[in-house]
Amino acid sequence: MGINLFALMGQLLVGLINGSFYALLALGLAIIFGLLRIINFAQGAMYMLGAFCAWLGLQYLNMNYWLALIVVPVVVGLVGILMERFLVRPIAQQDHLYSLLLTFGIALMLQGTFNHLFGSSGQSYAIPAALQGGFNLGFMYLPMYRGWIILVSLVVCFGAWWTIEKTRLGAYLRAGTENPKLLQGFGVNVPLMITLTFGFGVGLAGLAGVLAAPVYSVSADMGSNILIVVFAIVVIGGMGSIGGAILTGIGMGVVEGLTKYFYPEASTTVIFMVMVLVLLMKPAGLFGKEA
Amino acid sequence: MKKSVLTTALALATLAVMPAQATGISDDKVRIGVLADMGGPYGDLCGKNCVEAVKMAIEDFGGTVLGKPIDVVSADDQNKPDLGSAKAREWIESEHVDAINGLVASSVVGAVAQVANAAEKPILISGAGSNTFTTTSCSPFNAHWTYDVVSLAKGTVKPMLDAGKKKWFFITADYAFGHALEKVATGIIESNGGTVVGSARAPLGTTDYSSFVLQAMSSGADAVALANAGKDFVNSLKGATEFGLTKQATMVGLLVFASDTKAIEAEVIGDMRLTTGFYWDRDDNSRAWSQRFMERTGGAIPTMAHAGAYSSTLHYLNAVKEAGTDEGKAVMAKMKAIKPDDMFARNATLRADGRLVHDMYQVRVKKADERKNANDLYEIERVIPGEQAFGEMIPECDFK
Amino acid sequence: MANLLQSDRSFYTTAGILLVGALLAPALVYPVFLMKFLCFALFACAFNLMLGFVGMLSFGHAAFLATGGYVTGYLMTNFGLTPEIGVVLGMLASALLGWGFGALSVKREGIYFAMVTLALAQLVFFFYLQAPFTGGENGMQGIPRGQLFGFINLGDNLNMYYFVLAIFVIGFALIHRTVHSPFGQVLKAIRENEARATSLGYDVRRYKLMAFVISAAIAGLAGATKALVFELESLTDAHWHMSGEVVLMTLLGGMGTIWGPVVGAAIVIAIATIFSGGEMGNYIHIIMGAIFVVCVLAFRRGVVGEFRHFMQRNFQAALSTERT
Repeated sequence: MGINLFALMGQLLVGLINGSFYALLALGLAIIFGLLRIINFAQGAMYMLGAFCAWLGLQYLNMNYWLALIVVPVVVGLVGILMERFLVRPIAQQDHLYSLLLTFGIALMLQGTFNHLFGSSGQSYAIPAALQGGFNLGFMYLPMYRGWIILVSLVVCFGAWWTIEKTRLGAYLRAGTENPKLLQGFGVNVPLMITLTFGFGVGLAGLAGVLAAPVYSVSADMGSNILIVVFAIVVIGGMGSIGGAILTGIGMGVVEGLTKYFYPEASTTVIFMVMVLVLLMKPAGLFGKEA
Repeated sequence: MKKSVLTTALALATLAVMPAQATGISDDKVRIGVLADMGGPYGDLCGKNCVEAVKMAIEDFGGTVLGKPIDVVSADDQNKPDLGSAKAREWIESEHVDAINGLVASSVVGAVAQVANAAEKPILISGAGSNTFTTTSCSPFNAHWTYDVVSLAKGTVKPMLDAGKKKWFFITADYAFGHALEKVATGIIESNGGTVVGSARAPLGTTDYSSFVLQAMSSGADAVALANAGKDFVNSLKGATEFGLTKQATMVGLLVFASDTKAIEAEVIGDMRLTTGFYWDRDDNSRAWSQRFMERTGGAIPTMAHAGAYSSTLHYLNAVKEAGTDEGKAVMAKMKAIKPDDMFARNATLRADGRLVHDMYQVRVKKADERKNANDLYEIERVIPGEQAFGEMIPECDFK
Repeated sequence: MANLLQSDRSFYTTAGILLVGALLAPALVYPVFLMKFLCFALFACAFNLMLGFVGMLSFGHAAFLATGGYVTGYLMTNFGLTPEIGVVLGMLASALLGWGFGALSVKREGIYFAMVTLALAQLVFFFYLQAPFTGGENGMQGIPRGQLFGFINLGDNLNMYYFVLAIFVIGFALIHRTVHSPFGQVLKAIRENEARATSLGYDVRRYKLMAFVISAAIAGLAGATKALVFELESLTDAHWHMSGEVVLMTLLGGMGTIWGPVVGAAIVIAIATIFSGGEMGNYIHIIMGAIFVVCVLAFRRGVVGEFRHFMQRNFQAALSTERT
């Protein structure tokens, strides 16, 4: 059987689109893990919350897509800030297992609430007029909105990476993960910084939710389906590695695309195969530092 | 072996002839369980409103049968066979449920049927499509009401082949129903000079169909059959439109409920040909019933599953009354002996294998400019008489 | 030593009372509900052996529950085995899988151990989704309960209940023995201070692997039994949500206590049953989530753990060393 190049390239492109979502969500997870050393299992629920906020905004407040793109991540980020301040911080000194379970519980509650209010069949959100239509790439037709997803997520991911790795603010953040006491000594308000970082990481999930609303149906379990994959990506990339999370996110999207071409049935599992292999050979992940 | 079949048949026949021997109403009430996906991908096509349809039938029947009250219990199976089967077991063993209605995902129905058949309780399958309930896993206690995959494939695929669509690709829901539908449709395609160039199987509840749509596009098919239902159908058609598959191939919705048609923009689905077991705007009878249904459900458009749930409940209660008992065997025999006739079941008989043979409709979806209101969806192009619509009964399933 | 005897006595008293209760329970409660509870309680106890007594969080225990169920289901359906043999074979298959998981994962610690087990369990899920014999999304339907020892009909719910109860008692006793054996003492030493256990000359990885295999075997036993009870095995059991649910049960009841998982399973199953009908169904996840949050914030010891803590604080003298 020969390889149908057009079909293969099509699947790779779809993989790249999915990878953009993975990167955005993995980035938020990695930032939170990097600074707080906790795994935010509610990241998927925050993504769902972002999509629902966009949908609710459109339904009841007549908030258009462009406004939602700015407002919703802030709203979701605020939810994250409240969550950190009142739920996560009280158990910050406990075993990190507990914060994982805590955020898992929060995710269940949010998912259950939205399921109760809106059912799980999914709401649809129209693609904004300016992003309708598409391009003929020769090997496939690329809907403009899908291209937009790639663009936004690459810009945001690169921006976040650059901020953390190359700026003074980022230097504080990194210092905060290495030695919070010392940083506090320099007059930096570390608890506030942690809260804001948590809010930022969660806000990224909210942004991903808004981006997803027009292409996936907005439903209560959209977050739980993607979370476990994103989780695997962060582990493969190396927990806490910002660049690792981004590159692995995109890379795994592409790997999925490849699998969809050669062996579609395995496409949902291939990431876990990679995860097992990576953990066995390089336990700290592809881009992680050995602990 | 032969003898035992004969004895069973004789016993059944005796029951049918002499209902007076049966025991009356067990537990002093008739209780109907409605099991369906309440909030998931199939929530709109049956779900809560199937419970409402069953209640409507009970009220129309008079609320009591043989002087005993009739009541309803319901549960959400989330399209999971384990949940459905456990619920059915609990209902039958500890809550005195006499018959189960609703029943949407074929995978769940298969599991429920195992439990109900063993307990000799009738199941009234109003939402599911797999034809196995009257073939490979048939039982004297199955009443497969609304439609099945054979009637869909015959009604929809054959005319497309005649119109010159010979190369087919399937996007199939990856469970019992999708598999059965793809198999039956493939049989019809191949025996009428067509070929199947490929198929992609998507899990129930998939929201992003882009990669499946791309597979269909690169296959070079001129007809792409969507062997799925509910939200899956809506989302897959949405994906096909987004990636331009609709421009290069004809999309064929094999199982489309009115609620799905209504959920899709008229520009996308307009002119599609499909097969259905019920359309609300067919005649005065169906319009009057649908009017009442919409008043009760806050304006939800009645699907063939809703109509089927109503019709099967009404017929079941009539059979209980005629048989003088709610004992499963006697009721089933009566259901097969008397003919249902209501706004849904037209020219209908419940065949010995449990298949309700009734008129099906080949319809064309109206385009935006043809629609007079939001519920004005279909133009009925042809009434398919029951005998042509459904498959032949296989001898192993003749439970007369 | 005297304390130890006393602790033993209180355990056997509790166990005795509960057993009498369990023998009489079907007169009051729908037996299938009780059987479901026993299966999940056994599953949670098996999981607790790893989390509570070795201190390792496995996030892949669903794989063992499902393996027990599918293997037993397949053998019972196709080879007409008697149920006791079917269940034992399901358990062995699960133990074998546990050995494979363990060999790959016990080297890792903390969150990495959880991740490896999760990833492996996802691969197992994929296998059961694709393998023809499982029926994929349809589930494996129509598993016969069969005739126990060839002559006791388990189709009868009451017979089945006592069979399940017997299995639970055996599985539970096995865990209790394991925890209280010298082997169990080493496990606890590893939990408290792994470096010290190593320096004392214990092959820590081998002990962990052994514990993992036992845990997997008993989880498989629970799954095999559950498949017979419901005459069905489905992907729900292999899904990672199931791995999360068993964490909830254990945490809620009290990890590292012998009765905790049983209490946790009882609460979770009761809530799930109460809210499973009709309109209330949607509240299950909200309530489960809330329990998780409250537990983590306020009752990290779990129901049994908090109770014991309360007793210890107030009746120091009487119960000073009970630490099972």
